[in-house]
Amino acid sequence: MSTAGQEFLRKAAEKSSDLVHRGIVRWNIDQYDTGVGKGKTRFADWSAARQRCHDIKWEGVNHLDKYLLQFEQKVKENGGHVFWAETGEEARQYICDVAARHGVKKVVKSKSMVSEEIHLAQAMEKMGIEVVETDLGEFIVQLRNEPPYHIVTPAMHLNRQQVSKLFHEKLGAAETLDPPELVAIARRWLRKDFFSAEMGISGANFIIADAGMLTITTNEGNGRLSTSVPRIHVALTGIEKVIPRLQDLATLWPTLATTGTGQPITCYNTLMGGARRAGEVDGPEEFHVVLVDNGRSELLADLEQREVLHCIRCGACINACPVFRNIGGHAYGVTYPGPIGSVLEPRLLGFKEYQHLSFASSLCGACTDVCPVHIELHHHLLHNRRNAIHEGTHSASERLGIKLFRWMMMSARRFRFFGWLGRMALRVIHGMGLEGTVLDPMRPWTKDRAAPAMPRESFRDLWRKQNGVR
Amino acid sequence: MPKVSLFIPCFVDQLNPQVGMDVVRVLRRIGYEVDFPEAQTCCGQPAFNTGYWDEARPLAERFVRVFGSAEVVVSPSGSCTTMVKSFYPELLAGTPLHDDAVKLGERVYEFTQFLVKVAKVTDVGASFPHKVTVHDSCHGLRELHIKQEPRELLKNVRGLELVDLPYGEECCGFGGAFSVKYAMISAAMGDTKAGNIEKSGAEYVTAADPSCLMHIEGILRRKKSNARTIHVASILAQTAAAGEKASAAGRGPR
Repeated sequence: MSTAGQEFLRKAAEKSSDLVHRGIVRWNIDQYDTGVGKGKTRFADWSAARQRCHDIKWEGVNHLDKYLLQFEQKVKENGGHVFWAETGEEARQYICDVAARHGVKKVVKSKSMVSEEIHLAQAMEKMGIEVVETDLGEFIVQLRNEPPYHIVTPAMHLNRQQVSKLFHEKLGAAETLDPPELVAIARRWLRKDFFSAEMGISGANFIIADAGMLTITTNEGNGRLSTSVPRIHVALTGIEKVIPRLQDLATLWPTLATTGTGQPITCYNTLMGGARRAGEVDGPEEFHVVLVDNGRSELLADLEQREVLHCIRCGACINACPVFRNIGGHAYGVTYPGPIGSVLEPRLLGFKEYQHLSFASSLCGACTDVCPVHIELHHHLLHNRRNAIHEGTHSASERLGIKLFRWMMMSARRFRFFGWLGRMALRVIHGMGLEGTVLDPMRPWTKDRAAPAMPRESFRDLWRKQNGVR
Repeated sequence: MPKVSLFIPCFVDQLNPQVGMDVVRVLRRIGYEVDFPEAQTCCGQPAFNTGYWDEARPLAERFVRVFGSAEVVVSPSGSCTTMVKSFYPELLAGTPLHDDAVKLGERVYEFTQFLVKVAKVTDVGASFPHKVTVHDSCHGLRELHIKQEPRELLKNVRGLELVDLPYGEECCGFGGAFSVKYAMISAAMGDTKAGNIEKSGAEYVTAADPSCLMHIEGILRRKKSNARTIHVASILAQTAAAGEKASAAGRGPR
């Protein structure tokens, strides 16, 4: 198994037995589920809204060539700069260059998963630039030197006691368990950064082709401050975020808010399309959009999995995932946790190192059930598994095992004989009290659970007895 | 007499033979002639789910041939039924047996869905005076949309008290090879499920999938819980007449 795979197993084992962690995550997801349940009832027809979102994203993704160029042209007309980054490295370099050119000392960041994907903050910090996360959850995990735990709720794994303690230790704030006061502490702390930073970095929830604008959605207003106060605004986003029309937001905004957090609409929805124009009182002097490919074109070229690019990063699949609920977001060891990440990351980072993520799923399909843009997530896990096997990422012994399994199952006589042999052997071994020990061939099963009783006769034996052999 | 062919998944054949026999009893009791094509082995799902589609394909082709002439196929597993109905068309795409597989898929039913939707029977004359809760198995629930069928059948079982299972639609953690390859995650999911079963106050948890039940049973026993698992067919097979079960009942005319 790959290094990343072994690390995954280690962290997954640690977290799955952590009952406090399980309790916190369950509590948070219960709150979320209640909100989403209520949220859906606000739609006259929830399934029609999902279908509409799917159709919009389908149109955008399947005509990326047209819509991205349309977007670029409009942004340029409005005095903005557009940079096409084929790799994360190119995107990083471009943004670092802009920062260096302007002598940037401090950056305020609105939430951006693509910035995590390309490890932007680390690169800027190496240049001596201070990078401040301004989304409350991101701010909290930054203080803890952790990556975000979840793409929408980065600090989902913490309770208010832990946040209070963290603010006390790192910011010198008085301890409090009052959530509004905790928010106020972060707000007061961040205020000075908004006004001293030379550069603001944001992501984009959608890129709108006909308007030549992009939009970000936040609940704390930090996105608006990050993108309008500093002299330079860099918006960083994946190419798949493009949608054809401004009016598409009428469906996308409330649907994203509902599946993201259960809100009818997110508190702040900001549209941006260029630098400050003459006569305007605020806005950045320079506006840059960095369009990141970083492997997305390869998904686009794969007709079977192209729809994975429809993802609007709402986090619904992550919340619904029983694997996530037990191992948490950090165990995945990648930018995007949960089902969408288990589909996407092995594709982007390579099966050799990351195929285990596609296998670490019971394929229950809860993710597919909740996806607002109808991505068949658990079927894509199956496709990834098949593709990984075709690439030859698995051990020779496993391949041999499957070949033997097939050989046995291609004959009812062999199946009956080996089935009998296996049952009898296990009857003896378990009869000797060796169940669950290292001598138990069923140990991978019996280590964690009792073995089923091995019957003397199989169904086909009983059937023959009852109905006579034909 | 209408006839059905039994598809007994390989692990049911080997590990839960009684579930298969109980299916036979119920089907005969409501007037079906039951046939068991003995050439059947495994539908190929273990290989398919672990990515070995090239190894799964010959097993799928074999299955399509074995059941090719069957009018209706009934199986006590939502998961294996899903394999045939939902995944064979994709697995066999571009092969000569693809169309046969699609047609066969339309004739394959999970046991409870067959009873309620095809046979139109919701009362099979069963008696089971116990407190029971239902775990919704994932493949059955999300691929075959089985939700009400087992409940409708259980509501008509004499003496049975049906109680809600908190988070009943959440996966139990079995997931085939996942249960041994990622056993710690699987066991944690099972532990959560077992806790919810205990909270429900049920004596028995039932499901339309023996694989989930094998996993849940293993977890419950390791936890020394008093709750037990039972396949829905095994509940429906039990009748009020004492000792009927022991008398090789259900042996139909052949």
